[in-house]
Amino acid sequence: MSALRRHIHPGWALVAPFLLLVAALYLGPILNILWLSVTDPEPGLGNYQKLFESDSLLRIFWTTIRICLITTVGSVFLGYSIAYAMVHCHEKQKSYMLTLLLVSFWISILVRTFSWLMLLGHRGLVNNALEGMGVIAEPIAFMRNELGVLIGMIHYMIPYAVLPLLVNMQSLDMRVMNASRNLGATGSQTFWRIYLPLTTPGIVASSLLIFILSLGFYVTPAVLGGGKVLMIAEYISVQLLVTLKWGTAAMLAGLMLFGVLAMLYIMSRFMKLSTVFGGSS
Amino acid sequence: MFEANSDKGSLQVRDVSKFFGTFCAVNGVDLEIQRGEFLTLLGPSGSGKTTLLMMIAGFLDITSGDIALDGTSISGVPAEKRNFGMVFQGYALFPHMTVRDNIGYALSVRKRPEAEIREKVDEMLDLVQLVDFADRKPGQLSGGQQQRVALARALCFEPPVLLLDEPLGALDKKLRVEVQDQLKDIHKRVGTTFIYVTHDQEEALSMSDRIVIMRDGAIEQVGTPYELYEKPANEFAAGFLGKSNFLQRADGVYALRPEKIDIRASGTGEGEPRLSGTIQSITYFGSMQRIMFLTNGGEELEVDIDSWRNRDPLEEGQSADLYWDKGAAVKLEG
Repeated sequence: MSALRRHIHPGWALVAPFLLLVAALYLGPILNILWLSVTDPEPGLGNYQKLFESDSLLRIFWTTIRICLITTVGSVFLGYSIAYAMVHCHEKQKSYMLTLLLVSFWISILVRTFSWLMLLGHRGLVNNALEGMGVIAEPIAFMRNELGVLIGMIHYMIPYAVLPLLVNMQSLDMRVMNASRNLGATGSQTFWRIYLPLTTPGIVASSLLIFILSLGFYVTPAVLGGGKVLMIAEYISVQLLVTLKWGTAAMLAGLMLFGVLAMLYIMSRFMKLSTVFGGSS
Repeated sequence: MFEANSDKGSLQVRDVSKFFGTFCAVNGVDLEIQRGEFLTLLGPSGSGKTTLLMMIAGFLDITSGDIALDGTSISGVPAEKRNFGMVFQGYALFPHMTVRDNIGYALSVRKRPEAEIREKVDEMLDLVQLVDFADRKPGQLSGGQQQRVALARALCFEPPVLLLDEPLGALDKKLRVEVQDQLKDIHKRVGTTFIYVTHDQEEALSMSDRIVIMRDGAIEQVGTPYELYEKPANEFAAGFLGKSNFLQRADGVYALRPEKIDIRASGTGEGEPRLSGTIQSITYFGSMQRIMFLTNGGEELEVDIDSWRNRDPLEEGQSADLYWDKGAAVKLEG
């Protein structure tokens, strides 16, 4: 008993209630979900088997991954441009840009999603204006399709792309870029051969972050997809609330959980590597 | 072996000024730099030496005046077209590339054939004695080795002029002396014009063909290390390059180097002493001793003497006489 007391720091006694609370309220339900995926409606791997048998499930998986990939590429590309502009403009303009970025970061996802409907919807501002000017005869279908989902998701994700890239770019030594110019490299040569490789850790970090966040997107696809674009999160909610197939929902949730954990593992490997690369110049 | 650009590399700086807003960083500098010369810009921080170098490199625009290479103006030529090699403060090596790729970068962006780049890089690796480190990344090298990679990278495309911005600043003192010798040796072998920026007067004295002493954006004095040390033009030059005592006399101010003074116990020297007074303090430095001396007239002087000559030791508080040779005290301008 005394030996035990010597090994366990008394501070743990203070933390223990909260640890137990977290375990009971967080780990418990997660384990329960995983348990459900192999027991409901009957014990076995039947739910996972469905993945290979059901065409619609496969289609949803494919749609989700496709939308997440396009969102990642789009928002990292735009975020890279914004971060680059922020790092290389004047201090004052930079703080304006950061403020605007954070404001859009803080606005509720619902508000941002519905604003897109008002702007780009069938009777939205843009279509009305274009029709009024006689540029188009029929409204352009921006919303209630995959394009709408992509516009909404990319817009929502841009701040998540900018912030890791901004940190990465700010840590670069600009003398290295000057050295490249001094050695005769043109602007684009310097970018492709020096700047881009040195910002790769930031690109990887923001890509993984956005891909993982996109996987769980629910509101934007539901509103801007108009029911035509079904992603996993929405499908899970349908299984839970409408068809009451908890086993299938639990299986999909479990797959997403492990997918995200696997990517986080890759990310942690990459971040360690990046400090090795960028540690000294 | 390395072939120097023997017909190129003289640089003319004509009445160059640089303003940042209303602040004048460089003020009307005129300078003729000879081909193959080792020229040092020496000055305290804020003297404009780095700004001048950055204008020569093309990283900063000049506000007025002109810079010319071999008589042709290069003021409007962007940095990447000037073909000047440069060794940056902190080296600025490409951290994601191997030593070989760092050194070959200038040739590679000029789209030279692979075989030629390889041959040239091997030559440079040999010149800076880094043959065994070709496949390492800069992060795996010591400071001195990184410095040599930076030098090789800047020399690889045979620039007519090499600019060096405090290249030894990050090295410890012992290594610095070693690298100074290597730099001098490399300068001799490649014959490129070196323009070297430093605030370290010892570095400037031991390496340069000529030194430019700068203060507040203007040139104070230009000359060989010998000229500057023996005949400083003004108080700033005398005080910044080595140490000096300043003697106020009726006809002006004289600069007198501490090591040119001989000190003897009162009444024991030959001839008429130049000054008499009391020893305030003696600090022992091994090979030499620094004596703070207060004359009877109230002037404070520093006297450096070789320790071996102080065999019959002088003591603090003792009265003593000072002697120096005719011409040791130099009259300053203005």
